[in-house]
Amino acid sequence: MSEMTEKPRSFQEIILRLQAYWAAKGCAILQPYDMEVGAGTFHPATTLRSLGTTPWAAAYVQPSRRPTDGRYGENPNRLQHYYQYQVLIKPSPPDLQDLYLGSLKAIGIDTDLHDIRFVEDDWESPTLGAWGLGWEVWCDGMEVSQFTYFQQVGGHDCRPVSGELTYGLERLAMYVLGIDHVMDMPFNDPQSPIPLTYGDIFKQTEEEYSRHNFDAANTAMLLKHFEEAEAECHALLAHDALDPKTGKRIIMVHPAYDQCIKASHLFNLLDARGVISVTERQAYIGRVRTLAKACADAFVQTTAGGYTAEAAAQ
Amino acid sequence: MPDLLIELFSEEIPARMQKRASEDLKSLVTNGLVEAGLTYASAGAFATPRRLALSVEGLLAASPTTVEERKGPRVDAPEKALDGFLRGAGVTKDDLEIRDEKKGQVYVAKITKPGRPAAEIVAEVLENAIRTFPWPKAMRWGNGNLKWVRPLHSIVCLLSSEEGAEVVPLEIDGITAGNTVWGHRFMSKGAFKVSGFDDYVTKLKQNFVVLDPNERADHIWHDATTQAFAQGLDVVDDKGLLAEVAGLVEWPVVLMGNIDDAFLGLPPEVLQTSMKEHQKFFSVRNPKTGRIEKFVTVANRETADNGVTILAGNQKVLSARLSDAKFFWENDVRTVEREGLEAMGAPLVNVTFHNKLGSQSERIARIAALAREIAPIVGADADEAELAAKVAKADLSSEMVYEFPELQGIMGRYYAKKAGLSDAIADACRDHYSPLGPSDDVPTAPVSVAVALADKLDTLTGFWAIDEKPTGSKDPFALRRAALGVIRLVLVNDVRSPLMRIVMPLIAEFERLEHDKISHEERDYEEQVANYCGVTIEQLTEYRIQSGKVITAESDSEKWEAAMDRIFGGVDWSQIGLPGETTSRDLLAFFHDRLKVFLKDEGIRHDVIDACLAMPGNDDITLLVKRARALSETLATEDGKNLIQGFKRANNILTQAEEKDGVEYSFGPDIKFAESDAEKALFAALDTAEAAIKPAMEIEDFAAAMSAMAAMRPAVDGFFEAVQVNADNDILRRNRLNLLGRIRDICLKVADLTKLEG
Repeated sequence: MSEMTEKPRSFQEIILRLQAYWAAKGCAILQPYDMEVGAGTFHPATTLRSLGTTPWAAAYVQPSRRPTDGRYGENPNRLQHYYQYQVLIKPSPPDLQDLYLGSLKAIGIDTDLHDIRFVEDDWESPTLGAWGLGWEVWCDGMEVSQFTYFQQVGGHDCRPVSGELTYGLERLAMYVLGIDHVMDMPFNDPQSPIPLTYGDIFKQTEEEYSRHNFDAANTAMLLKHFEEAEAECHALLAHDALDPKTGKRIIMVHPAYDQCIKASHLFNLLDARGVISVTERQAYIGRVRTLAKACADAFVQTTAGGYTAEAAAQ
Repeated sequence: MPDLLIELFSEEIPARMQKRASEDLKSLVTNGLVEAGLTYASAGAFATPRRLALSVEGLLAASPTTVEERKGPRVDAPEKALDGFLRGAGVTKDDLEIRDEKKGQVYVAKITKPGRPAAEIVAEVLENAIRTFPWPKAMRWGNGNLKWVRPLHSIVCLLSSEEGAEVVPLEIDGITAGNTVWGHRFMSKGAFKVSGFDDYVTKLKQNFVVLDPNERADHIWHDATTQAFAQGLDVVDDKGLLAEVAGLVEWPVVLMGNIDDAFLGLPPEVLQTSMKEHQKFFSVRNPKTGRIEKFVTVANRETADNGVTILAGNQKVLSARLSDAKFFWENDVRTVEREGLEAMGAPLVNVTFHNKLGSQSERIARIAALAREIAPIVGADADEAELAAKVAKADLSSEMVYEFPELQGIMGRYYAKKAGLSDAIADACRDHYSPLGPSDDVPTAPVSVAVALADKLDTLTGFWAIDEKPTGSKDPFALRRAALGVIRLVLVNDVRSPLMRIVMPLIAEFERLEHDKISHEERDYEEQVANYCGVTIEQLTEYRIQSGKVITAESDSEKWEAAMDRIFGGVDWSQIGLPGETTSRDLLAFFHDRLKVFLKDEGIRHDVIDACLAMPGNDDITLLVKRARALSETLATEDGKNLIQGFKRANNILTQAEEKDGVEYSFGPDIKFAESDAEKALFAALDTAEAAIKPAMEIEDFAAAMSAMAAMRPAVDGFFEAVQVNADNDILRRNRLNLLGRIRDICLKVADLTKLEG
């Protein structure tokens, strides 16, 4: 695999190499979740699948949105829409650090020339009621990934523990490709018949969303949607586990969790619009956390969450 | 005598925890060994990012055998008693001795506890240490249940002596102890085996790991300063950063890099903070210009290109960081140059300080008014103090402080200058938070002192008014620190002002605001109650705070009047204090508690402070401390000490007599009833003392007053030696008691000596 040790030439090549690497290591390569999320962790393949005892190994790209980070596409490093690469393996394998370092090599980082460091950075998501211990990984002083051993998600102890890796793709790729402004980064191969840069694809959308997020989003509507999503999440989980139509035990965790994701994103938008005061902020975060916890409680009552009728009978 | 080597090899341990963890490992293991009877000669503990190591030298090869004697039942005791004893002691009847005792012949068992080999004890102790290790935060991993700071990968546990080394058999959650060691994550050629501590240290170094954190720190500091010196530069000293960086690397390689010219115009504090907080870089300063021109980063490895790639990467990251900082700085400067510093702080109207105490803007307005009031007391210009207070917190809305909260105040000073404000105001922006810690410098510039005092007093009165006081170890709003800050500001600057006069109206205002928040109905009702009692709302509020009583509504008018009479019937309204007084007294008591803690460090006893607290003017901290220091000094003299005894004796006799006779002996004695020379001498001494004390007290010369008081000592002692107070002649007795009354009277003018202990 001599081409793997060569420097990648584009943003997408880095993504493709990560996909190939983690596929070779046995991960299911999933596709992005089809909803607006703040980070790859929100994908149910991480949040929900880190719960319960069923083994799991998945990797995926997740487009992520942080409305407050919008800079109209002008800041070299900050975007309101960006990509994360996410790996979740349960139980965390003993050689996860080595596996991770292998992935850096796969995207062209020569660990004999660079200084790779694991620097303490504990992770906590107040909205997900989740925390874990781990590091931010530095390459020559730059943070290129988050590395976390999940200890609790949705208020549940993680047993076994999942190992989570999150790569900030734009930043990592800019470093590997030697690019100073994200908008200048080649998205596809610069030798392609139609070469496209990151800016060709996202400069305009960054402008549009920045204006939308900061000044135009209809806050009354967002507030209403927040309330609705919250109510719907609770309502879906309140249904009896037994589906009267099929006679099966069907707990609607994922549909309910979708509403939790929605509420979280709506809150982020409201925050960017500056209509949430410091004190209200905590209250909103608490409300989303309540939803996340309710979904986690429900998920461990499902087959994917490790539920068996026998165990339940005991 | 064997030596013990332990290594606990894990994924990266947070730098801030390493030192403590190595010390904990040492104490847990060595204490455990000693408890089990294994003594040792010396022990040393070490940490790197990936390992904790412990070396114990001169360990006993086995714990000593001990013999314990246990007395059993009498020989003629029932069989059952003997059986029970044998079972309990774990011996047979043949092992017992018979001994003659007073109560007859008894059985005695000698129980031998054989010594145990070191390996057995070490295994137990280490397992226990690992399972109970006090990490500040620990975690599980994979399928396991073991908790460690990060996943634990291997354990080395080795006992070595001249005969060779043996691995201590030990297994914890699937990890078997051995003698295999891994070196540097990237530079080592592979795992290796070790035979003892010296071998371990040597081979680690061959595999690019410096075990001793002090050696790593020394190496970093030496290399950094040498490289800087070669270019005529200084590394900015930062012990905390040095320790942290030494905990981030196993094989430190010091690299010095350039800061792009575009950033050299940033304030040095900004460069330093940004480089330290984000990148863990040391700042390198040009001693000629005082500017920070370069940085030092510490890599964890050597490379074929001598760190060129690593340095280039670090430089690039730094440039991105500093571009942010520069952007913030330029935006902030533009704002203050165009609109002024006060305008920069305008958004603080939307920042809640505390939901019961309003926004930051409201708080700033209060501080400004208070700074104006305090200004003349501390010799500051009132207008300047007020303006300084208005702008002192404006930098909280700056982009730079949003990014680096630790630069609050420091940025304020820069922005004040950019806005064209005076140096005194600019300094107040920076210094009004001070003093933060007990060793922090105390501002002395009048404007800074006015704003610093106003800032802290607003915080204290506000939180007192809404009843959010520190309890036990909980002090979320750092009110103890604020009170100590006020005390130190007042003392260092010799500020003379009764605190109550400043504090009471502030608290009354907070309480009024709190009262205004109640509904119209409730307010009407309050008025009705106040009218019924014939008092003002303020008096009513004050009574309620003081008594803690809830005034309940009652619709039936007859019942209502009865309820009112029940609650307020016996209240003596003339005794109810001024608005805010109750809470202010409570706050004053808090100041007094803090003052005791503060003066304790000066060696002033708490009872000495109590004696001074009982005197009028105890809300004037400068006065109070002056009195306490003088009293403390007086008590250190022979005369002072003895006079206090004399005073106590006089006071005791008086108290008993007054209790018995039901009168107070304070009429003034008459010298014509003085019989002996000693008695006359006391009259003279009292006259002298009184004449000296009164003027001294008037000018607050406590030292003079107290030495005048102490000077009475020979006369007082002489009096007690020669004169019987409780004479048979009642006139003489009363005169003498009144004489003692004068002693008491004179002494109590200086301080309440009854509060002194011993």
